Amino acid sequence: MTGRAFTRSPLTTAAWLALAAYVVYACSRLEFTWARFMTGLDNGARFIARMLPPHIAQPDTLLKGLTESLEIAVLASFLGIVISLPIGLFAARNLMPVWVTWPARALIALCRSFHPVIVAILFVKAVGFGALAGILSLSVASVGFIGKLFAEAIEEISLKQVEAVRATGAPFMSLIGYGVLPQVFSRFIGFGTYQLDSNLRNSTMVGIVGAGGIGGTLFAAFQRFDYDFVCAILLCIIGMIMVGEVLATWVRGVFLERGRVDGE
Amino acid sequence: MSGSALSIRNLDKAYTRGKPVLRDISLEVGTTGITAIIGPSGTGKSTLIRCVNRLVEPSGGEIHFQGQDLVKLDHKGLRLARRQIGMVFQEYNLVERLTVMENLLCGRLGYVSPWKAWLRKYPQADIERAFSLLDTVGLAGFANQRADSLSGGQRQRVGIARAIMQEPKLLLADEPTSSLDPKTSVEIMDLISGVCRSNGIPVMINMHDVELAKRFADRIIGMSDGKVVYDGSPAGLDDAMLKTIYGGEGWLQ
Repeated sequence: MTGRAFTRSPLTTAAWLALAAYVVYACSRLEFTWARFMTGLDNGARFIARMLPPHIAQPDTLLKGLTESLEIAVLASFLGIVISLPIGLFAARNLMPVWVTWPARALIALCRSFHPVIVAILFVKAVGFGALAGILSLSVASVGFIGKLFAEAIEEISLKQVEAVRATGAPFMSLIGYGVLPQVFSRFIGFGTYQLDSNLRNSTMVGIVGAGGIGGTLFAAFQRFDYDFVCAILLCIIGMIMVGEVLATWVRGVFLERGRVDGE
Repeated sequence: MSGSALSIRNLDKAYTRGKPVLRDISLEVGTTGITAIIGPSGTGKSTLIRCVNRLVEPSGGEIHFQGQDLVKLDHKGLRLARRQIGMVFQEYNLVERLTVMENLLCGRLGYVSPWKAWLRKYPQADIERAFSLLDTVGLAGFANQRADSLSGGQRQRVGIARAIMQEPKLLLADEPTSSLDPKTSVEIMDLISGVCRSNGIPVMINMHDVELAKRFADRIIGMSDGKVVYDGSPAGLDDAMLKTIYGGEGWLQ
């Protein structure tokens, strides 16, 4: 008797076929065709030609936009991290009772449900144009993102270490400081610097909806067809992101020096 | 009940209803000496030890310690009582990413305010005591090493020092040598017995190594199926008794 080593269920086959059929259908509906792509390329070539060489039309506006973006990113990261520390702790199901974790998790889910740009639009309507709206919207995004990661990191800690500290009769805050934080500190720093990086990128975008930063300058340049200035702005953003990367690496280095030997 | 550090009366524990792990345990632990609890795996030795400081909540019974019933204590009372009960764990349970010194000072967390603990502002007396205890357990010079850089035997030494830092009135040890090699096991037992005798701390210890228990304990409690079946001197623990505790006899050859 010969046995089949690998069998495929008809359901799997059906699922693949359905996916293929949907891809073909969606392409035809959206005119996602080769001919359309070629005409698009033509247009793109003209666009790129107009972008070069980059030209800084308004150095003052550019500089102001960049520094504002940087400020938005740093302040939003700071606020976001400070707020998500307790919220992440409250959301950790291995340390907190259900009546604490449930509201905390709901808040995190709420913060995560909208893209920062949508939140920025809401805040622009609520508090008016400018950097304040940007800071608030990115703080909300940071709380959603870091809060969730904090909670997950805390849920993965070794409870044995917590148990030992609890057995000494430590009060709750000492238990957190000695049993929990040391286990998650390096990951918190990782999340924090990652969020700073992400906020730096997002802070260049919220300006498009009027929430401050370089995004507003970029959008205005687009609308005036100043493509050479657009190019200059884009290059500056790339530069700023890279500087941010270096900054984040430096922060990690400062905080994690003591914890470089990981595991055994 | 004078002359006993701990008095357990009619202790019951069932993790799931109808499946008791501990059945009606009653025993006294004297103010000195080592009381070793032996018995097969799954018979509730660990549960019994953990019921004492309520890392496991008892289902019924009383546990008297320092003039109060631990089972009835509220959150605050339990915390204050735990300060006087040191505990040593099978897997050491050190805070891996803290230094040896920070781990030792964990033993004082019940006595310093959280604020001072976070800022590492301990009374000088605690710090001096920690250094002298490091000397005692043979880890002088290790104060600033991270706990996760130590070997198993060294970690357990830190675990013991942390428990002694509490200046406990009772030391609980849950299989403290089960993760260690035979030579280190003896060294660790020597240390526990020496430190506790010199500080006058009674010890309640779980062991699965019968020979080691006989060698170090002043008194042995044999448990089987959630009940105490032997309570007496190490010398009185003969083969017949071991058969009663562990069942079978092939392993005794």
